[in-house]
Amino acid sequence: MKHTFVAYVEDLPGVLTRVASLFRRLNININSLTVGRSERPGLSRLTLVCEASAEAGDRIRASLFKLENVVDVDDIAQAPSVTRELALIKVAATPRNRAQIFDLVEVFRARIVDLTSESLMIEMTGVESKIEGLIEVLREDEGRILEICRSGKMTMRRGHHTSSVLKAMGAGSDERPLPEIDLADEHAAVEPD
Amino acid sequence: MGSNADNQASNARHATPTPLTGAEIVWATLVGEGVTDVFGYPGGAILPVYDALRKFPIHHTLVRHEQGAAHMADGYARASGKVGVAVATSGPGATNLVTGIATAMLDSIPVVCITGNVSSKVLGTDAFQEVDITGITLPVTKHNFLVSKTEDIAPALRLAFQIAQSGRPGPVLVDITKDAQQGTAIFDFAAAKPKAYRPHPMLHVDEAGLEKAAELIRNSKQPVILAGHGISESGAMDQVRALAERTQIPVALTLLGLGAFPASHPLNLGMMGMHGEVWVNDAIQNADLLIACGMRFDDRVTGKLASYATKAKKIHIEIDPAEINKNVKADVALVGDLREVLEELLPRIAGRDGTAWLKTIAASKGESAVHDIKNLPDSGHLYAAHVVHDLWRLTAGEAIVVTDVGQHQMWEAQYFHHEEPRSLVTSGGLGTMGFALPAAIGAKTARPAKEVWVIAGDGGFQMTAAELSTIVQEGLKINIAIINNGYLGMVRQWQEFFYERNYESTPLVSPDFVKLADAHGIAGLAVKTRSEVESAVTAARKAPGAFLLNFMVEKEDSVYPMIPVGSALHEMIRRPGKNPLIESSKDN
Repeated sequence: MKHTFVAYVEDLPGVLTRVASLFRRLNININSLTVGRSERPGLSRLTLVCEASAEAGDRIRASLFKLENVVDVDDIAQAPSVTRELALIKVAATPRNRAQIFDLVEVFRARIVDLTSESLMIEMTGVESKIEGLIEVLREDEGRILEICRSGKMTMRRGHHTSSVLKAMGAGSDERPLPEIDLADEHAAVEPD
Repeated sequence: MGSNADNQASNARHATPTPLTGAEIVWATLVGEGVTDVFGYPGGAILPVYDALRKFPIHHTLVRHEQGAAHMADGYARASGKVGVAVATSGPGATNLVTGIATAMLDSIPVVCITGNVSSKVLGTDAFQEVDITGITLPVTKHNFLVSKTEDIAPALRLAFQIAQSGRPGPVLVDITKDAQQGTAIFDFAAAKPKAYRPHPMLHVDEAGLEKAAELIRNSKQPVILAGHGISESGAMDQVRALAERTQIPVALTLLGLGAFPASHPLNLGMMGMHGEVWVNDAIQNADLLIACGMRFDDRVTGKLASYATKAKKIHIEIDPAEINKNVKADVALVGDLREVLEELLPRIAGRDGTAWLKTIAASKGESAVHDIKNLPDSGHLYAAHVVHDLWRLTAGEAIVVTDVGQHQMWEAQYFHHEEPRSLVTSGGLGTMGFALPAAIGAKTARPAKEVWVIAGDGGFQMTAAELSTIVQEGLKINIAIINNGYLGMVRQWQEFFYERNYESTPLVSPDFVKLADAHGIAGLAVKTRSEVESAVTAARKAPGAFLLNFMVEKEDSVYPMIPVGSALHEMIRRPGKNPLIESSKDN
């Protein structure tokens, strides 16, 4: 099954190697990995997606905790959460056939972020399936896609959720129950601005 | 070590913040952490540190190979419970440590290794004797540091000591660039103290779990306590004993658990697993409850997992959450420090009658006990089991025994009966040949008043025999028993059992070990018959200095009983009765 781990790690040289090395040792391929600054100074937040057996989840989480630079790990599993990915797609487009792509971008609620006489760049944020959808449509014209750059997945639990670790580190502690969420919404092609 | 270390530091010479070189900071921090002995080998990239050593009250043992330094630090830690420290230079000095570091990692031993590295300006340029030792040791250390600034040395070293000892202990490597050693910074031991250890959310001992465990114990008819290395690491000897005695539950031990529960205790069954006695493994297979205390269900202990103790519920008390449900599914997992967990559990446990179950186990000993070598008179043959049994008898079981890896290690585990924790020093998880001689130097350094015996095979002994001169240079009284059968014995045994006696590359030519010892200025004796064992051991014990005994034992003896790899715990190869090479009633 697919596992999604969200971890806070110290922002130091070599930390990513330690995390990646753990999966290498277990012979588990990392499908997606995004890292960036978090709300906490000195801590990066990463989202890691991998394929592993259902039972492996706890042990991977426990093994991640054993890394000294890992401060907190959340196994998102089936919990209500929002997952997004960013894609930059450069396509060949001349003034003659641009209009068609503009329509596509409109339908997929993407954006044009660069435009030249021979190409344009589309920025798209959304769930994986939506990005795949746009790419698929663009591929209908052979040779149109010049480059694709995808960020990998970023995941955040829905509702007010703070782990015991972050609480111990002084995060807000009034944990309210999770609001009822229609899980179908997860896959809806609706984007916030 | 915590407050103790801080007290020692405040008594140390550098109690007030003082400008020191990085090299001086290394030693001053070690002094602050209570270190009195280190094991190492100098070289270019660590020379500033060595240059500063004479100013500090730390004894340095010069090793003959850096692998020896890591094993000595490991043996020091295993024998004393303190952190062992190894020092090496960059490049080959650092890579030579790796086997020793991995040995400590697999057995959860607190070791701090300090390596020099090239100057930070040339890091990553393939400079002379440069290797990426933090990269190389990443999977075999609990954590490691690359320190390139003088002011970072003290905090990194103090954190290294904290990490090495906390939770499930393990080795930590601190790699310090030469310019960091040469630079100057204010040394403030107190200010370098690591912040409180991060909370571990997966440590989990709750009321419900404790109640469930107590209930399982209350309702069990055929329970067994599985006693592991975690008992001595946690200092839970009294609590495990209290649990066993109150409930009359028998105790089976892992190899690294030996000594954590007294061998002479009536509830002690002995070692479990691949070379455990049949009745011990049968008791586990027939148990309805296993109480695993600080052990990790290693494959050498469980045999084939699918058929391991299928009738038993399992209570797993363990400090490392990653060990829970790894090999064996726990019905109740109490994830925390063993001593603390047992202290919470014990008040919930009432006395129970274990007579029927203990009688069943005792009855199953029958045949195996009869064939046990120690119960048989001298047949004229010299068997390793005789040697080990006599060593135990003649030392009254009070020596620290440091073994190498192989057949002799298993015979030691079977026939030397350990009463005290930390009296057996052996490489369990990694199974590192060449471990014994250097680890014994570490053990003797840590506990000079204790009698220390090395038991090694002729193969493993030759892997690190160069450390004989370290023994001489340090003037250590270490007794060495080589169990010499002219083979890489355990491999030969596997070839005998599983490879149709194809003894490929296992017959072994060795030097005359007594002459080799003599060349080092160490006295020695060769022993060929059982009747000579007692006088030889006595001579070794009486000699003022180190002594080597070369026991020329039966060449094709095997360790029995044995679970073949991939077989269930109850499918053991038993002691044969009629093979003339194997001790049997025929030898009478």
